[in-house]
Amino acid sequence: MSPRRTVHRIIAGREAGTALGLIVLCVALWIATPYFATAANLSNVAEQSAIVGVIAIGMTFVILTGGIDLSVGSLVALVGVVIGSALQRGWPVTGAVGLGLMAGIGAGAVNGLTITRGGLPPFIATLGMMSVARGGALMLSDGRPISGFPDSLRVIATGHALGVPAPVVLMLSLYLVAYVVLTRTVAGRYLYAIGGNEQATALAGVDVRFHKTVVYALSGLSAAVCAVLLLARLNSAQPIAGIGYELDAIAAVVIGGTSLLGGSGSVIGTLIGALIMSVLRNGLNLLGVSSYLQQVAIGSVIIVAVLIDMALRRRVQRSFR
Amino acid sequence: MTAPRLDDPAPALAMRGIRKAYPGVIALDGVHLEVQRGEVHVLLGENGAGKSTLMKILSGGEQMDAGVIAIDGRAIALGSPRMARDAGIAIIHQELALVPGMSVAENVFLGRAPTRVGLVDHARMVRESVVLLERVGASVDPGVLVETLSIAQRQLVEIARALSLDARILIMDEPTSALTARETALLFETIRWLTARGTSVIYISHRLDEIFTIGNRITVLRDGRNVATRDVQAADRRELVHLMTDREVDELVPSAARVPGDVRLSVQGLCVRRTLHDISFSVRAGEIVGFAGLLGAGRTEIARAVFGLDAFDSGTIAVDGAVVEIQSPRDAIAAGIGFVTEDRTREGLVLTRSVRDNVALPILQRLSRFGVVHRRSETSTAEESVRNLRIRARGVTQRARELSGGNQQKVVLARWLATGARILLLDEPTRGVDVGAKQEIYQLINELASSGVAIVLMSSDLPEVLGLSDRLLVMREGRIAGAFSRADASAERVMACAVGM
Repeated sequence: MSPRRTVHRIIAGREAGTALGLIVLCVALWIATPYFATAANLSNVAEQSAIVGVIAIGMTFVILTGGIDLSVGSLVALVGVVIGSALQRGWPVTGAVGLGLMAGIGAGAVNGLTITRGGLPPFIATLGMMSVARGGALMLSDGRPISGFPDSLRVIATGHALGVPAPVVLMLSLYLVAYVVLTRTVAGRYLYAIGGNEQATALAGVDVRFHKTVVYALSGLSAAVCAVLLLARLNSAQPIAGIGYELDAIAAVVIGGTSLLGGSGSVIGTLIGALIMSVLRNGLNLLGVSSYLQQVAIGSVIIVAVLIDMALRRRVQRSFR
Repeated sequence: MTAPRLDDPAPALAMRGIRKAYPGVIALDGVHLEVQRGEVHVLLGENGAGKSTLMKILSGGEQMDAGVIAIDGRAIALGSPRMARDAGIAIIHQELALVPGMSVAENVFLGRAPTRVGLVDHARMVRESVVLLERVGASVDPGVLVETLSIAQRQLVEIARALSLDARILIMDEPTSALTARETALLFETIRWLTARGTSVIYISHRLDEIFTIGNRITVLRDGRNVATRDVQAADRRELVHLMTDREVDELVPSAARVPGDVRLSVQGLCVRRTLHDISFSVRAGEIVGFAGLLGAGRTEIARAVFGLDAFDSGTIAVDGAVVEIQSPRDAIAAGIGFVTEDRTREGLVLTRSVRDNVALPILQRLSRFGVVHRRSETSTAEESVRNLRIRARGVTQRARELSGGNQQKVVLARWLATGARILLLDEPTRGVDVGAKQEIYQLINELASSGVAIVLMSSDLPEVLGLSDRLLVMREGRIAGAFSRADASAERVMACAVGM
């Protein structure tokens, strides 16, 4: 498919409504406050969206297969603490980060195995892991933050490429990879099929258990990447980091139009969803809205966005017999 | 409100000039339907002819754009399923609408449980369900959960529920698609009992035999218009098929002379604990071997075991003379076996995906390089299938959900042909498929066999399995109870063997 047709499809597709929402939101904030549309602020918004944006990639994969991953917030803390203590013990940065990523993949794979081999519902399996990982992070760090990391790690948060903050570059490249995987590869096609009809997919000879396990491992990996970003940004590993991130990630996926039933959706939608969340938060801050009211506003946006999405989908369906 | 009288004497139901358009398609174009009190009125037509839309309007699920509906001569509005129910209209859906996790009695009285001082009167609910279940000949305990019942039993529960509504007009959409001959006979008895009490039944079915047994009058729809209304006595089969499809059909089931080749699939001594006992059979290239038998006799179980879905305790499976280890569908596909399942929406298709994605699903590995799908070959494979199997779709990117039952089934067939399967297990390949499409599927099955594919056909539709099979095996309680050649298989003999007479 030519790039032009891809662009055309995105414009005409389901992501268009979400993108329109983001544009309307940005224009409204641009009019409402002079502080929004400044280079510094926009760069800040993008950087903030990278944290949850990265987790939301893995979450999109999981939700596409019809699952859910509640453990990612806790995994961010666990991986952060793993990397932090490795660095404290004198590990080189690459080794420590590698260990952290492996820990994320490992915990995710455990989720996948309890779901596919143990037969637990994803909600339960990952709810358990959410608690296990949080407890592990607290045990490993003795409940205290670990701080002070070498510059070679911090550059992940502070560096720039062509004037764009490094976390944003990282996030966008991961989205690009995820987009190609989902739309162009065999594995991506299998994920949509599994979410659409798991039984039929298994009957077509696809190793459903394997692919689902991999998906949870990837979700663990994306939580681990998020942990690295957070570590570099805060210059400290907190055992209480990442609380509620799983819900933000799910919100980004859902606002982006991916069905919680599985089988339909895209990472482009998720990226826009993640941007909407952070633009909204930033805008409300700039407008001086109290943080209590902010929560109400963000919750309402999630509900309204999904209501609109469902209404649109029903209209599309009704146009067929 | 004074309602205009439409007719005298007023029929139980009159629908006049019903129009319904969806974006891009006129589903109903001035359809009329008149049903007398105590009549079984058969609605006939291919999928997409407008039967379902008409019944959705009558049961309040869809709103018509124009037209009049009158019950006993009084025009009524049917704005919601609730209003239809209050007007005495009940529908038994083709796709079962029961709650699996609730008991049979609770399902029968779903949404209208009898109460005493504000609490559910459980004893009365059970008592009344027993009566209703007996009425429809369902020997099920009202206390058991619906999820433990077979599809046939669920259908009967659904019918009992419709009875409990005391409807004056009862819509039955393919009520016998999962029933055995005996259960069908009981259902017909129930229908006769109902009509004798003045209830009118609108009966949708693709099985012509049934229509002639139970129907009084037949209305044929085609492309959203009335084609004809006939008394059953005055109608003949060939004419009806012709009216529905507007083309001459020589025989309902075509037969073809074929010369079978070498043994392609050989199953020896297959045993699965409690379901299959010592099953041995073989199928030659270009041969169609049919499996008949009552529901639950073990036909599907054979297919599941051979396809690697259920583990078997003993027995061997050989393909082209060599024993193969089959432990998963992957192994079976690698051995050249394809399985068209009984329930195509649950086990066959990914409805949310396109025709192309569905056809290509098992062969994506082959259509890709370094894990990246080669879209052009994927599309051309799918397009070839659409052409070869005469699948009626707007294009290969149309979603499977939007196709008619017959075309969906062809997509499933296309998928297995694309894998290059040389052995096809077909489990109820024409269930829920309209007459015209059935005909095409029969033709396809014959063509496939002629091209050398070995076909195992499981079907509870006797004329179908008799008409297509070169040899016929009859299952009873997990065993092969009899074998017939094409020449000496007859409906009576096969049935007698299946019930153990």
